Amino acid sequence: MPSLTEFLIVAALLFGLGIAGIILNRKNIIVLLMSIELILLAVNTNFIAFSYFLGNMTGQVFVFFVLTVAASEAAIGLAILVVYYRLRHTIEVQDLDELKG
Amino acid sequence: MTELLTPLHLVFYVFAAIAVCSALAVITVRNPVHSVLSLVITFFAMSGIWMLLRAEFLSLILLLVYVGAVMTLFLFVVMMLNIDTEGKRTGFVNYLPFGIIIVLLLMGFTIASVGPEYFGLAEMPAPVAEAANYSNLHQLGNLLYTEYAYPFEIAGVLLLAAIIAAITLTHRGPLRRKVQNVHAQIAVRPEDRLRLINMPSEPKQKGA
Amino acid sequence: MDNFLIYIALITALLPLFGALTAGLLGKRLGRQSTGTIVIALMGVAFLLSCYLFKVFVIDGHPLVDEPFYTWATAGVMRFDVAFLLDRLSATMVMIVLFVSLMVHIYTVGYMADDPGYTRFFSYVSLFTFSMLVLVLADNFLLLFFGWEGVGLVSYLLIGFWFDRDAANLASLKAFIVNRIGDIGFLLAMAAVLMYFGTLSYHDAFIHVTDVVGKTITILPHQEISVITLICLLLFFGAMGKSAQVPLHVWLPESMEGPTPISALIHAATMVTAGIYMIARMSPLFEYSDAALSTILVIGGTTAFFMGLVAITQNDIKRVIAYSTISQLGYMAVALGASAYDAAIFHLITHAFFKALLFLAAGSVIIALHHEQDMRKMGGLARYMPITYATFVIGALALCAIPPFSGFFSKDIIIEAAKLSQLPGASYAYYCVLAGAFITPLYTFRAVFMTFHTEDRTQVSLRGKIHESPWVVLIPLIALAIPSVVAGEFLIDKMIFAHPSLLGDSIFVLPDHNVQNAIPDFHGASLMALEAGKTLPFWLAMSGIVTAWLFIMKFPRWSESFKKRFAWLYSILVHKYGFDDFNQVVFVQGTRESGELFYKVGDVKLIDGVCVNGSGGLIRWFAKVGRQLQTGYLYHYALAMVLGILFFLAWYM
Repeated sequence: MPSLTEFLIVAALLFGLGIAGIILNRKNIIVLLMSIELILLAVNTNFIAFSYFLGNMTGQVFVFFVLTVAASEAAIGLAILVVYYRLRHTIEVQDLDELKG
Repeated sequence: MTELLTPLHLVFYVFAAIAVCSALAVITVRNPVHSVLSLVITFFAMSGIWMLLRAEFLSLILLLVYVGAVMTLFLFVVMMLNIDTEGKRTGFVNYLPFGIIIVLLLMGFTIASVGPEYFGLAEMPAPVAEAANYSNLHQLGNLLYTEYAYPFEIAGVLLLAAIIAAITLTHRGPLRRKVQNVHAQIAVRPEDRLRLINMPSEPKQKGA
Repeated sequence: MDNFLIYIALITALLPLFGALTAGLLGKRLGRQSTGTIVIALMGVAFLLSCYLFKVFVIDGHPLVDEPFYTWATAGVMRFDVAFLLDRLSATMVMIVLFVSLMVHIYTVGYMADDPGYTRFFSYVSLFTFSMLVLVLADNFLLLFFGWEGVGLVSYLLIGFWFDRDAANLASLKAFIVNRIGDIGFLLAMAAVLMYFGTLSYHDAFIHVTDVVGKTITILPHQEISVITLICLLLFFGAMGKSAQVPLHVWLPESMEGPTPISALIHAATMVTAGIYMIARMSPLFEYSDAALSTILVIGGTTAFFMGLVAITQNDIKRVIAYSTISQLGYMAVALGASAYDAAIFHLITHAFFKALLFLAAGSVIIALHHEQDMRKMGGLARYMPITYATFVIGALALCAIPPFSGFFSKDIIIEAAKLSQLPGASYAYYCVLAGAFITPLYTFRAVFMTFHTEDRTQVSLRGKIHESPWVVLIPLIALAIPSVVAGEFLIDKMIFAHPSLLGDSIFVLPDHNVQNAIPDFHGASLMALEAGKTLPFWLAMSGIVTAWLFIMKFPRWSESFKKRFAWLYSILVHKYGFDDFNQVVFVQGTRESGELFYKVGDVKLIDGVCVNGSGGLIRWFAKVGRQLQTGYLYHYALAMVLGILFFLAWYM
């Protein structure tokens, strides 16, 4: 059985790639949303790993809820994206600066 | 050495490699459809890893809910929006090294903090194998419906809210539609459509 | 009996106030005739009551009465009362004030006959009388100050009576402001009295004077000054403002912009003498401060002589008399400085009569010439206005100290007192008043000759139409002329040489200051008048008159050549020693410039620029810099978050 460290390293790599997707992303918003999913996945993996090694089911229950929330958040995020696209006809990240101070 | 290369280890490494590679693909490929599909592969791989960790229910739920519903949704949206696959590339190259360094730093720190001195097999041994009639579902259900019943209900409400929100945001209601109101059309009177004005006549202009 | 007397005094003081309110509030409705009659009637009753009080206190020698009516305020252990002090000094002053005021009221009926502000004038003059009476009758510093301020205020109102004239408005402001400067000294003195004596009442303060004599107060580091000296100097500073001593005399000539009756009342007989009265009243304090007395001597002497010199060059008849007033106030101050308080009050009384007379007579000339005041446009009026001429000359002779007119007695005593005083500065004061005895007749008779003799220089339109003023104007002139002739002879014995003198224990003099006792050999007033030929001041006066006659009547060309020869002296005198110019440049323009400076640098740059706009600008700058963080790009925000995480990780590793 691989040690806990290895599971956590995998999770860390996925997390880093998710972050990279957010901050290095120039193409479109979809990639941003997907990067968020990656991050959530990494976190879930962490939970499951700890839950297994510590013998505590609470971690899995938490993952359950995180999955729920992630799904609803993805849905709403996409809804917003659709509406925005209807308005501005672009989802280039560089064009989304309405909140520029 | 043998501890390292048990079949379990191999399985784990394969799945891990697939997951990392496809995650990399998600953020780097140009075509957004390919991006989404890479993400799906990542989820599959992680599902396998979760299975290794004896979280059967959740790994299957991952596939059903996440891949089946959420990723499908992503795909729908990607298809619906007319996305320019090329996009502007200016600025990407400038920030790339800086961003990569940041991310590498981050990953390095995180990995360094989860080193084997704290989380190795010596400190955290793998638990004993479960009995044959171990049911992950059973255990999860036990916990979920007793101790965490309240958060469970709230999660349900949250999903309801999400549904309503998503529909409300995207629904193009009657404000935008042009519909016929037949009753109103039939009930029209001539006075509503025509107005006669009485004006004195003017003499014809000479040469006009 | 005491209560009865106090109530008489109260009624005497309140009748003019009542008259003022009637004339002020109901004047338009009652009409000129009725208003004038009512006010004059009230003043007449007040005058009769004051005569009664004079009889009781001075002639019958009733001991002093000091009763409070009303407690105005209490503050801890201090009480501020409204209370009157009736004694010889106050009874005398009340009678003089009411007499001159009554004369002025009667005169006003004729002088202001065609002025639209007739009733307003009566109201103001009565109000003034009320304030002056409160000042004189007060028994504590606070009530005195109330009257002090009241006369200052009404003086402002009256000088600016013809408010549509710029010059009048400016003059009234000048008078009020210069008075105010003096009042600062007075207020500080009151504060010092309160601090060291614990009370503002005269009686309580005076009985404790000897306790405070040794104390000193540190004004500047390493500079100690006796408390009594400080109080007296500050009180004198206040008196300088009111009684027009140098350098706070600058307002009095300007105050001639007001109507002539008030010049007679306020700026000759009453308000300007308030300062002199106040110092005489405070004699128990002043006696213990040689330094203050010396100061008074020096300033009084300076005022007496140098202001007389300026009067020689003036062409406006009222200005000549104004400078003469300033000069005579200097004489009174010299008397005070020499500790001859009785002599000062004596001169105050005689001066009230003849100076008011001179002003009213000048007023008579002015209205006869339809408000012409320049003496260069008068001349030869003696045959057209005989009564005015006669009273004017009587007043002039009294002013010049020619025996047996009243001014002779009072002025001579002052000169003697200055000679005998041992204080430092007394000899300087003596020479000043002696020289003044020559200068005074010079300018006075210059005015007489230029106005009533010499050739007719009046405007062509007026010739042949000049006639004597109406009887309502002449009666006050005659009424004032009589005391100008006889008062001196009458009073000198009782005021100066009798023991106890007329003013009795209202005045306090230390034995080694008492110069009045040292004046040699008084054998009666008539003898003094006859023996005048032996004294230096008499011959100085005579030579003054002769010089004036020579220069104005006989050889007018001499004045012209004198003017050209001594042009520098002439210009100094015409510019009044530069006091007005100095005030204008230093104080007026200086204040304006510093105001501008404060506005430009302080207000605009500092407060508006740095503090108000600056703090706004600072926030705007912060916002401008901070705004850069809000790019609107999501990944920038995410980057910020990541950097934060990195920082935390680095920290905890």
